[in-house]
Amino acid sequence: MTRLRASARPVAVPLLLLLPFLLLLLLFSIAPTVWLLINSFMLDGAWSFGNFVEIVRSPFYRQAFSNTLWVSIASSVLGLAVGLITAASLKRVGGTLRDMVVSFTNMAANLTGVPLAFAFMIVMGTNGAVTLILREMGWLNGFDLYSQSGLILIYTYFQIPLALLLLYPAFDALQDDWQESAALLGASTFAYWRWVGLPVILPAILGTFILLLANALGAYASAYALMTSNYNLVTIRIASLVAGDISLEPNLAAALSLLLIVALVLVAMVNHFLMKKSYHAR
Amino acid sequence: MHAKRYHQWVVYGFIALLAVPALATLLYSLSRQWGATILPEGLTLDWYIKLLHDTRFLVAFGHSLLIAVGTLLLATVVMVPTTFVVAYYFPTLDRWMNIVILMQFAVPPVVSSVGLLQLYADGPLPMVGTPWVLLGCYFTIALPFLYRALATALQGIGMNDLMDAAHLLGASTFRAFMYVILPNIRKALMAALFLSFSLLLGEFVFANMLVGGRYETLNVFLYSIRATSGHYTSAIVMGYFIFTLCVTWVATRLSR
Repeated sequence: MTRLRASARPVAVPLLLLLPFLLLLLLFSIAPTVWLLINSFMLDGAWSFGNFVEIVRSPFYRQAFSNTLWVSIASSVLGLAVGLITAASLKRVGGTLRDMVVSFTNMAANLTGVPLAFAFMIVMGTNGAVTLILREMGWLNGFDLYSQSGLILIYTYFQIPLALLLLYPAFDALQDDWQESAALLGASTFAYWRWVGLPVILPAILGTFILLLANALGAYASAYALMTSNYNLVTIRIASLVAGDISLEPNLAAALSLLLIVALVLVAMVNHFLMKKSYHAR
Repeated sequence: MHAKRYHQWVVYGFIALLAVPALATLLYSLSRQWGATILPEGLTLDWYIKLLHDTRFLVAFGHSLLIAVGTLLLATVVMVPTTFVVAYYFPTLDRWMNIVILMQFAVPPVVSSVGLLQLYADGPLPMVGTPWVLLGCYFTIALPFLYRALATALQGIGMNDLMDAAHLLGASTFRAFMYVILPNIRKALMAALFLSFSLLLGEFVFANMLVGGRYETLNVFLYSIRATSGHYTSAIVMGYFIFTLCVTWVATRLSR
């Protein structure tokens, strides 16, 4: 029976078993991406950088990119802040409450996209209950859900559960007696976090931030559900160029898509680099 | 004690913050009328009863269920052998699989829809506007979760030792896989399937861009009735949310 050892495994049948996977991957992942790559450099049937030139020259598309970046960064920072504060406290409360909060957050992570936007429209729309309460208290200052700040609020909401779920395991690396030792040596809570706590969990924080950023850059459903095509985001522009009612320009959409992919790949590479670094630090 | 109270307040505050939109939507879906006042007027189950009698909703929900279950069947049949073949015969391919997985995250659904719309609108594979194109797209959504879960499980059970032992006892590779490997990775597979299921049920972008009203799914239906009664839409949001919660609950039970 030794002939069946690892070195002598026959490979013809196993290779055949990979075929369905390769076929599906080719049809639904590789082919559309290759199509994008080719057609973003095509203008009127010839090779050209024209699509990219048009995007760079157009204030409208430049605004789409700056809006996307701003909404993504703002919502990632806010989500990260809430996630961090909660994760730090979660370590200090009892195990039962902790498990409860983690499963609760898992559930909350399911409320995204169209349903999330609708929930916000009901709660914080023009006549929503929270809007009314806040207006009564005079805290609203002209907040409008159907605006950039409203969009940031909704994005932040789908970032928070993700941030907490990604961050709270990192806090396990902090040993309980470190803070006590620091306090015995005369360190304030701030000094402890500045010199001990933060440096230990920094790679996890950066890694989480990058994932949140990538998540927001490619997001489309909640923005579309809230404002249809009335807010200028890259994903919204891409969609309306291929499925809109006015003019269809798939090649321009391909160029916009390629730029978005480049941004996402950059983000992924930074993440990869940070993970490697944190691994070596250990 | 002072510090402990602070940490408890932070955690309770966090729960409240996350729960407010869902709870308000629940309250809205249970109220007869809620406008221009801070508290709703009159509680009712009418919106949910209306929901159960709305054939368009039921059809859309059925479509979503059918596509999600169909995709997961396809993904299981394809990914279980694929992961095993990669892990057992070609372990060096794992690096390429990770690149494939990364690709699914670097190319968001809006972006791949651009290419899919052009490639499969007509030509030899006219799939746009039919549920078939969603089956393929949803396969790419479920792929990273299934592959990672299965690859980790295969590593965790010591696949090579188990296979060698089975071979020494006279089992063929197929038999060893079916009777030794498969039962051992079943739990990981089920957990990944349930996770993917709730993701697929809530998918909107591919469904809206590639198929739309021609084979209406849950979220496409939800989006299309946004202009009607907010009470009714919130009943749909809650119904869908509660359904997903049940699925997630089953998933966590199974993965224990």
